[in-house]
Amino acid sequence: MKILVCAKRVIDYNVKVQINREGDGVVTDGVKMSINPFDEIAIEEALRIRDRGEADEVVVASIGPGSAQQQLRTALAMGADRAILIETDAAIQPLGAARIFMQLVETEQPGLVLMGKQAIDDDSNQTGQMLAALWHKPQATFVSKLELADGKATATREVDAGLETIEVDLPAVVTTDLRLNEPRFVKMPDIMKAKRKPLETTALAELDVDLGPQLAVANYSPPPQRQAGVMVESVDELVAALRDKGVI
Amino acid sequence: MAEVLLVAEHAGGKLNPSTAKSVTCAAAIGTVTVAVFTDSDDGVASAAAQLDGVSKVLLVESAQNAQALAAVLAPQVVALASNYTHVLAPSTTFGKDLLPRVAARLGVPQVSDIMTVKSERQFGRPIYAGNVLVEVTVPDDVTVVGTVRTASFSAAATGDTAAIEKTSVDADIPDHTRYVGLESHGGERPDLQSANRVVSGGRGVGSAENFALIYNLADKLGAAAGASRAAVDAGFVPNDMQVGQTGKIIAPDLYIAIGISGAIQHITGIKDAGTIVAINKDADAPIFAVADIGLAGDLFEIVPQLEQALDS
Ligand SMILES: Cc1cc2nc3c(=O)[nH]c(=O)nc-3n(C[C@H](O)[C@H](O)[C@H](O)COP(=O)(O)OP(=O)(O)OC[C@H]3O[C@@H](n4cnc5c(N)ncnc54)[C@H](O)[C@@H]3O)c2cc1C
Ligand SMILES: Nc1ncnc2c1ncn2[C@@H]1O[C@H](COP(=O)(O)O)[C@@H](O)[C@H]1O
Repeated sequence: MKILVCAKRVIDYNVKVQINREGDGVVTDGVKMSINPFDEIAIEEALRIRDRGEADEVVVASIGPGSAQQQLRTALAMGADRAILIETDAAIQPLGAARIFMQLVETEQPGLVLMGKQAIDDDSNQTGQMLAALWHKPQATFVSKLELADGKATATREVDAGLETIEVDLPAVVTTDLRLNEPRFVKMPDIMKAKRKPLETTALAELDVDLGPQLAVANYSPPPQRQAGVMVESVDELVAALRDKGVI
Repeated sequence: MAEVLLVAEHAGGKLNPSTAKSVTCAAAIGTVTVAVFTDSDDGVASAAAQLDGVSKVLLVESAQNAQALAAVLAPQVVALASNYTHVLAPSTTFGKDLLPRVAARLGVPQVSDIMTVKSERQFGRPIYAGNVLVEVTVPDDVTVVGTVRTASFSAAATGDTAAIEKTSVDADIPDHTRYVGLESHGGERPDLQSANRVVSGGRGVGSAENFALIYNLADKLGAAAGASRAAVDAGFVPNDMQVGQTGKIIAPDLYIAIGISGAIQHITGIKDAGTIVAINKDADAPIFAVADIGLAGDLFEIVPQLEQALDS
């Protein structure tokens, strides 16, 4: 079985994001970029499944600018077998991304697609579910535990009410939550080895994909800031302050 | 005039509070029809019918709807969608799972986490963990599909009684997805997502046993109990208590953060709270920059004292 993992290049989660001067985007020049943290978890999970002998190939795919090769090289250094970059400088929205991945699914025929539950740039939380819908296959979203056996996956999902378990027939799309695993650190020799692994780049324009209707995004603005309040010195002052505000 | 179909979230015969909040958003857009998918008419439809702003409830009863599985519900929502200009659901794990599956089948984009309604097709939403707000516009002539960030809307009042219409849908429902079970920890305390008061603990609380401090204070205040991701990861508390970017986004009147440093991903979940109180032994902890009232000190001394002081 082959596993396809989708990994997006995003601004590192530790960076304090700034809106650009034009107000039509965020500053990316000189900003640290990383694999979307949920996708790193997806890669790690795919590698563990392969290393248990339940899959034989892990292919990592990204849609993004040429520089996303860096993140794909990191994925290869983690242990992925092969990488595919669908190159475009345009911002691809979830419906478009799902349609592009649908093409990859048709050519690669994976038995499992692993993705992050959300990309931490746009926080859409859509692409995995959309791909599953277009593919007419099951989805298991927000997964914190995954077991594969007999052509089925048993997935524990982090839902608002607690932990839900579902069983789905494979192939399926699984999206990861943070507690699924802890991704490995890449070691220097693996980075060297990864340089020789196959990374294939295809221009988005070469694929014949209709990205569908798009949302127009405008007016980037900072959220209203909360003002720092008062520091109190004792529990009595705290209780007095709470009574003052009428919240207790 | 916009015709909005809102998919109700419910379980165990109870309408989830996220539905009443989503009604407020939906009513700001147009006429609201609430769809209830269930295996038995257990009172959820009539609870939805009582929400002010709801003009009709569609009750879709079928054995397959016993559990809210996205793969099962999506084709049914798609079948109903043709009569509506908008399809909405709360931005809870239920709505997040379901709606993109609907949007993809309709061939339309989805607006996630609607915070504000600017017009029928224009909405404010957060990106980058709420550090940036944007306005998104859905192109004309396509169905608007969106999830509602419930912390941004107050619950619709009750009082009205809208008509309940039983209906059946003609949809191809797959059998590739099966519900196995739910491990739920929700006890006697109020629901985290709709509680007026929330007391949360972080890594500083130190252990599962020590979380008794948090629960006791919460019970004294009639509050829900929450936690940071670090406290969940460390195994102190179950995942359903996590507040933040990847947990629950909440807006209680009072939020008390105890032994929580105030990472940006945590703050995202509480930005809309009325009053934020922070208790942390590190006077420079970032949580104090957003707290309305801060008290620097050891939580193991402060929390029991606070509990006592609330008695007097
Ligand atoms: C993609 C992503 C998503 C994330 N999503 C979330 C999310 O949804 N929610 C979330 O919370 N985090 C989230 N995080 C994690 C977040 O970055 C922080 O790691 C986490 O919030 C830290 O939790 P904490 O404040 O409990 O722990 P710490 O940062 O370790 O802080 C513990 C605090 O306790 C204080 N303390 C210790 N002992 C005492 C004592 N005796 N008395 C008083 N104070 C004491 C310390 O001074 C310290 O400030 C996410 C991270 C990533 C990368
Ligand atoms: N441009 C992209 N390249 C690679 N993977 C992507 C891309 N966009 C979305 N994904 C995948 O879809 C998941 C959910 O993204 P989103 O729906 O944008 O929140 C991400 O965690 C990735 O696994």
